[in-house]
Amino acid sequence: MTKADIISEVFDKVGLPKQDAEELVEMILDLIKDTLKQGETVKLSGFGNFVVRKKNSRKGRNPKTGQEIEITPRRVVSFRPSMIFKEHVIESPKTE
Amino acid sequence: MTKAELVDKISEKKPNLTRKQVEVVVNTVLDGIKDALSREDKVEIRGFGSFRIRHRRAKEGRNPKTGEAVSVPPKKVPFFKAGKEMREMVDGKL
Repeated sequence: MTKADIISEVFDKVGLPKQDAEELVEMILDLIKDTLKQGETVKLSGFGNFVVRKKNSRKGRNPKTGQEIEITPRRVVSFRPSMIFKEHVIESPKTE
Repeated sequence: MTKAELVDKISEKKPNLTRKQVEVVVNTVLDGIKDALSREDKVEIRGFGSFRIRHRRAKEGRNPKTGEAVSVPPKKVPFFKAGKEMREMVDGKL
């Protein structure tokens, strides 16, 4: 499934003009991204939380050359699915 | 930011739609992702990230209270991987 499929779904199920559906989906994704960029958590009840986590610097290795390198400290996004999401995935039997 | 705040912010920018309509759209997007994963489909959104299912093998677990061994069945868990643009944005490179 891609963004185009999500937009079609909004168009089919909500009955908004295609242009509005497209604009809204983009706005939703951009707002989530911009909020995470500020380092702020995004909590979507029934879906899950997107959290920005700080990672300290650590030693890594180039797997090809075996050379030891320093992995710089960084901020990463982690997604914690809600119980509802987890149960939804477990309970629905594979259909295809 | 919560879902309600997300809906509010978008409603402010889209005065031609009601708050309720925006809320339905947000829920449709989130439900669409949930339904895709429960069909074991994956969702790939360029610049944002991808959602897929990760399979956890069955394992021997232990009841932490009693120490009793229990078998944990295999299970599926939703997994999100941030896309390149999202990773760089959050890490302050963009």
